Amino acid sequence: MANDAHAAPGSGLGKSLCGGKCGFTIVDGIFKNNPIMIQVLGICSCLAVTTRLANAIVMGCALIFVTAMSNLFVSLVRSIMPRQIRMITEVAIIATFVIFFDQFLRAFNWNMSKQLGPYVGLIITNCIVMGRAEAFAAQNPPFLSLVDGAANGAGYAAVLALVAIVRELVGAGAILGHTVLSPAVYERNVLFLLAPGAFFTVGLIIWIANALKPREAKEAGK
Amino acid sequence: MNATPVWVIFVASIFTNNILLASFLGMCSFLVCSNRIETALGLGTAVTFVTVFTTALNYVIYRYLLVPLGLEFLAFIIFIAVIAAFVQFVEMFVERFSPKLYYALGIFLPLITVNCAILGAALFMVIRKYNFLQSVSYGLGAGLGWALAIALLAGLREKMGYSNVPAPLRGIGIIMLVTGVIAMAFMGFAGMLNVQ
Repeated sequence: MANDAHAAPGSGLGKSLCGGKCGFTIVDGIFKNNPIMIQVLGICSCLAVTTRLANAIVMGCALIFVTAMSNLFVSLVRSIMPRQIRMITEVAIIATFVIFFDQFLRAFNWNMSKQLGPYVGLIITNCIVMGRAEAFAAQNPPFLSLVDGAANGAGYAAVLALVAIVRELVGAGAILGHTVLSPAVYERNVLFLLAPGAFFTVGLIIWIANALKPREAKEAGK
Repeated sequence: MNATPVWVIFVASIFTNNILLASFLGMCSFLVCSNRIETALGLGTAVTFVTVFTTALNYVIYRYLLVPLGLEFLAFIIFIAVIAAFVQFVEMFVERFSPKLYYALGIFLPLITVNCAILGAALFMVIRKYNFLQSVSYGLGAGLGWALAIALLAGLREKMGYSNVPAPLRGIGIIMLVTGVIAMAFMGFAGMLNVQ
């Protein structure tokens, strides 16, 4: 589930101040090791909530919050956590923060909460959160884990926003609910708001991202 | 309460509201385990089995324990705990009583706890206010629909091994596009039934 390669760069850079390491962790989470594009984790919600940009942004914030906080707490208890029950402990920590966010959203933005439906609860089974807790937070100090969680969440949020922009623009001719392409000039392609459009958009984005990648990177990966 | 007839929920959850192709749940194992048809069918069977029983269990716990106590907000953590415990239990049970089934199904069981289709089925059951029978038929339909989708993709991927896919599209890219086409085909069922 998790990538083993991640621990290496941090230790290779090692011994430098936390500043340098943090910067590295951030770049790694958002670009080099983007959770969706490179690690292919957490595809489910990436497809489901991207019909509108507003939904994608809320979902992205949820992921940043949950990944960062659960990473922080997993890292805090990492030395006193028995090896056998660590999965259960991690799930319990993650679920706590997901419930926290869900209740917050219900209280302050009921409409959004209804639109996202089960996908907020499904953050618990989102492989990114679990993957980071297992691969990074279980071996690294609390502050660095917090940064790593936030960076991976941000990487996820960025892709989500990109997919949502494409789908909302092509499907409804709008961005954030404001009409950009008026119906008179642009014939809306509703397919992009439906399920197949989600698969096509993500497939095409991955295609473009792979085609633009430098050759040596392409050979190194797979 | 939701007044949709049980059989409509069952058929709809397989075809029109397929949990994978329309609700995008269970994508991770869908992408990873769809190399071969046998693997896909094994995983599909395991998912169907676990979904049916965990939806029933979760319904009973939610309706008769959490709702009377006013603890609905704990639903997430309870559901995931029930699923994890059930999978663990089934694994021990099957290993003890049917080694043959264990070898066929056993390797897939640990993968299932993190399959979001199962937690998703439980959450949809709560959101759509199903009763017990509706929940069970929804769980069965959702599991079968998931199995059908992964078997279809595995069949296509076995054939795809012989075709010349453009290099940047290989791997995850082409799978996404193919899944999109399957989802489009399933949209053809949409006129058949209309359910919420």
